[in-house]
Amino acid sequence: MAILVIAEHDHVSIKGATLNAITAAKQIGGDVHVLVAGSDCAAAAQAATKIDGVERVRVADATHYVDQSAENVAALVVANADSYTHILAAATTFGKNMLPRVAALLDVAQISDIVAVKSADTFVRPIYAGNALATVRSRDAVKVITVRSTGFDAAGPGGGATVESLTASPDLGLSRLTGRELTKSERPELGDAKIIVSGGRGLGNGENYHRLLDPLADKLGAALGASRAAVDAGFVPNDYQVGQTGKIVAPDLYVAVGISGAIQHLAGMKDSKVIVAINKDGDAPIFQVADYGLVADLFEALPELCGLLD
Amino acid sequence: MKILVTVKRVLDSNVKVHVNADGSGVDLANVKMSMNPLDEIAVEEAVRLKEAGIATEVVAVSCGVAKCQETLRTALAIGADRAILVETDVELQPLAVAKLVKALVEKEQPQLVFCGKQAIDDDASQTGQMLAALMGWGQATFASKVAVADNTATVTREIDGGLETLELKLPVVVTTDLRLNEPRYASLPNIMKAKKKTLDILTPESLGVDVTPRLDTLAITEPLKRVAGIRVADVRQLIDKLKNEAKVI
Repeated sequence: MAILVIAEHDHVSIKGATLNAITAAKQIGGDVHVLVAGSDCAAAAQAATKIDGVERVRVADATHYVDQSAENVAALVVANADSYTHILAAATTFGKNMLPRVAALLDVAQISDIVAVKSADTFVRPIYAGNALATVRSRDAVKVITVRSTGFDAAGPGGGATVESLTASPDLGLSRLTGRELTKSERPELGDAKIIVSGGRGLGNGENYHRLLDPLADKLGAALGASRAAVDAGFVPNDYQVGQTGKIVAPDLYVAVGISGAIQHLAGMKDSKVIVAINKDGDAPIFQVADYGLVADLFEALPELCGLLD
Repeated sequence: MKILVTVKRVLDSNVKVHVNADGSGVDLANVKMSMNPLDEIAVEEAVRLKEAGIATEVVAVSCGVAKCQETLRTALAIGADRAILVETDVELQPLAVAKLVKALVEKEQPQLVFCGKQAIDDDASQTGQMLAALMGWGQATFASKVAVADNTATVTREIDGGLETLELKLPVVVTTDLRLNEPRYASLPNIMKAKKKTLDILTPESLGVDVTPRLDTLAITEPLKRVAGIRVADVRQLIDKLKNEAKVI
C-alpha cells in the first residue's frame, strides 16, 4: 500500500500544512510518497526528502507548474495516481482548490478536512462549522482526502527519501495567473503560529486594530487574525479571517479581542489550547469557550496588557 | 451568454445545530431551511452580470428533495430567469451533484457556471471544482471579484496568503467567496413574479446519472464541548494566569 501526498510549496521550501498531511498519511499506514510539482523546484524536492516518514519524493519540474494551477497539478496527479490507495493534500486554499479535480477525474469521492484517521477507509471530519463530527467510510478503491492541519501534528525532520523525476503532463492552458498580492508580514503565518492575537468588530476600525493589536502581537511573537465581521468591514485583508469559511487554527494561545464569538468564528479557533477573551460585553458567546475571560474596555485593557508584558 | 448557477437547500445559518442523540445525524425536522448563503452570493453575481448586459439568461439549478423548489423560487425572486430541479430522495454527495450539473451543462450550454465555494452543512467545498474537472474546463475558486469581457473571465481569488488574479477563457466554473457581493433582499413583487417563472423538474435517471453515495456515514456525533473557564478580575491577573497557570507566555 502506498500513499501519495501532494506537497504545497513555493519551489524552495515545503509549506507547514503539508507536514500535518504527511502525519495523517503515516497514521493511515503504508509507504508515503510526496509529489512536488513546480518550476526550478529542486530545493523544495530536497526539503521534502528530509521529512520524517517520507520514502520517495516524485518531482515534476516544468515552467508551466510555476503557478501550480489546479488544472495542471490535478492532471499530473491523475497521470501518476496508479498504485496509490490514498491521495492526500492539506486542506489549505491550494489543496481545497486542486484536489476535488483529482477525485472527479478518478471518479471517486473526496473526503474533505479530516481531523482523525479511524482506519484505512474510515475517517472523522467536522460538518456544520464543527458543530458535529461525521465518521465516514469510503467505498471507493482510491481515497482522496484533504487534511485539516489542526487534527494532526506536523511531521518532524527525518531523512533518506529517494528522489524520482516525473515527466510533466502537458500544459492545459486553461487559466493564466496575472497577479498575486500576498500580505507581507514579519509575523508568523496564521496556520503555523503558536500564539494568535485576533481582533473583531469591537475594535471599531482598521486604524484601531493595528494601533492596539500590532504591539501586542510583536511582544508575544504572535500572528494576527480577525473575525469575519472585521474583515467584511475592511479593517484587515481577507487572509486574516479565522472561521468556518476562513482559516482553521489551533495555536497554543488564542487571544480574542473585541470578538463576540459567532458560531462561524468559533468553528475556526475552538481547538486552540488556551483561549483568552477580552470583551466589554460579559454575555458575549466568546466567553463560553474562553479559558480566561476579561470583561473590560479593550481600549484600556490592551495598552495596559502591552505595558505590563515588558 | 447564458449563466448556470447552483443552489443548495441547507439548514438556515441562524438555526442552532442539534445532533440527534442516537448518532443518526443532525436534526432537520421542523427547522428553518434556506438557500446556502454562499450560493445566494452566486445567484446575486449572476443576476448582476445579466443586469449589466453581459449575460442574457440566468438558469438556477438545484439537486435534492422536492422542497428544493422553495430554494429555487428564492433564486428566481433574486432575479434568475428560470430554474431546474433534479429531484431525488437519495442523499447526494458532491461527486453525484457535479455529475448531475454536468448533464445539465451539456443540455443548457452555459458559458459560465457559478457555485458557492462551500455549503454550510457538509462544508465539503468540492462541487464546483469537480464539475470543472468533469467538463475539462478551467476554474476560479473562492472568487472575491469577477469581470467578464471578450470571452474571458478575470477573477480575483481569496487564497491563504492574500489575493491572486486569474484570467480564464470561457467556459469556466467560478466558486464564490463571502466578499464577492452582498446579495439583495428579494422584493415582494419579485417574489410574486418568481412564482410564475418556469421551474422544470428532472430526475437523475432521466439524466442517466448514477448518484449512489460513495461515502457511508457511520455516525454523527457532537464534538467535545469546551467548558468555559474563569473570569479574571484585571489585566494583571490575566498575565499571571497565562504565565504561571497556563504557561503559554
